[in-house]
Amino acid sequence: MFNKIQRFIVADILKNRIVLAYTLLLAVLSWSVFSLEDDSHKGILTLLNIVLLTTPLVSIIFTTIYLYNSAEFIELLLSQPIRRRKIWNGLFFGLFFSLALAFFIGAGIPIVLFVPVQTALILVIMGTLITAVFVALGFLCAILSRDKARGIGVAILLWLFFSLLFDGLVLFLLFQFSDYPIEKAMVGVSALNPIDLARIFIILQLDVSAMLGYTGAIFKDFFGTVAGTGIGFALLCMWIIVPYLASLRMFVRKDL
Amino acid sequence: MIEICHLSKKFGKLEVLNDVSLNCAPGQCIALIGPNGCGKTTLIKSILGMVIPTAGTIFFKDKNISRDFHYRHMIGYMPQKGRYPDNMTIGQVIEMIKDIRGNEEKLDEQLIEDFGLNEILDKRMRTLSGGTTQKVSASLAFLFNPEVLILDEPTAGLDPLAAEILKEKIIAENKKGRLIFITSHLLSELDDLVTHVVLMQEGEIKFHMPTSTLKDQTKTTSLAKAITYVLKNDHVQ
Repeated sequence: MFNKIQRFIVADILKNRIVLAYTLLLAVLSWSVFSLEDDSHKGILTLLNIVLLTTPLVSIIFTTIYLYNSAEFIELLLSQPIRRRKIWNGLFFGLFFSLALAFFIGAGIPIVLFVPVQTALILVIMGTLITAVFVALGFLCAILSRDKARGIGVAILLWLFFSLLFDGLVLFLLFQFSDYPIEKAMVGVSALNPIDLARIFIILQLDVSAMLGYTGAIFKDFFGTVAGTGIGFALLCMWIIVPYLASLRMFVRKDL
Repeated sequence: MIEICHLSKKFGKLEVLNDVSLNCAPGQCIALIGPNGCGKTTLIKSILGMVIPTAGTIFFKDKNISRDFHYRHMIGYMPQKGRYPDNMTIGQVIEMIKDIRGNEEKLDEQLIEDFGLNEILDKRMRTLSGGTTQKVSASLAFLFNPEVLILDEPTAGLDPLAAEILKEKIIAENKKGRLIFITSHLLSELDDLVTHVVLMQEGEIKFHMPTSTLKDQTKTTSLAKAITYVLKNDHVQ
């Protein structure tokens, strides 16, 4: 299933204390949310917010730090007869697989146990995709700057932007243009934020989209259809592929 | 065996290598010396394909190395400061590199034994001292019987006993006709190792000649004295 480099990186990361702590944190949060809440819909909403805050944070920061700390290890691999592309791919799949596994063990298992099958499936898929998106963004941060502090700073800023600032900006725009019919434009704007995309997918699953008002109805009209779902998935995948390929391109040409 | 043709490398505006040409034959043990920042490590890394030159080409056995990676099967590299995944044990690191190289030919595990790494195979890399990490790097460089060895400051950080073991190994490999590059600032240590000297200054190669010729020309007996003489008088052809 894995090539050699991937296998070694997965083995290395799975023993990492931060990943273990992350798994444990997700597990404690999910189990307590579902145990305290009788209504699994409310439980999902609570969990959704926790997951959409912690998963991107841990994925992007851990990836960036891990890449900086592996600089010498990457050098060692480069002096071996291996293609550069293969090293970068190995790192990506190694990091993605480990973090996705941590997510699945921590949050996935309670979700599967407590939540109806279809919703559980969407939740787990979205968690995995969000992990991949932020691992890919972490790769971009790590390759953009030689300086560790700056790279990690950029990673934190990206997370802050997508988790908090982006929503603030959207809200600001909503108020400013509230006299105009901007609901359709909101669908387009939401595509600019992978976390929002994931959130919309899950909320639409829960039949609470009525809470979102008229905009929610537009979202349901768009993302509720097969074509809309397809486009949403494609957009999320683009959020993985574009940053990763950009980082790969830079890595292949980098001096180490 | 390794032919470097008009190699230049710029990092931004800084010119690290300036039109370097060098031709190295098997059986040579080359000391690459020069002041800090003269481009030694950049030259080594260019040969390894880690640094991508701005201009010029490098041929390994008459094959251009750019965009190739197979030629690295024939190179053993010992970095100045090796670092490995923290959570892996010595044994795992060695296994991993063996796995990646995938050479089925017989391995040269002499250094692993001589350094006593066999007894501490299950120690994690994180817990190792700088010297022990160097021993791992050295063992890995020699493990696959490579035709070319590139050693960046090999004895720095090693205890005298280990340094002696490594030096003897280098001499033995050189006698087998291997091409060996060594960078070091400890000239006295290089004396009984190297057959050729390459002196670099400000990104250029000042000269590349057998040590005996250099000693004859400068009328000195040791490498250290010869180099000091050259740096002061600057007139060796």
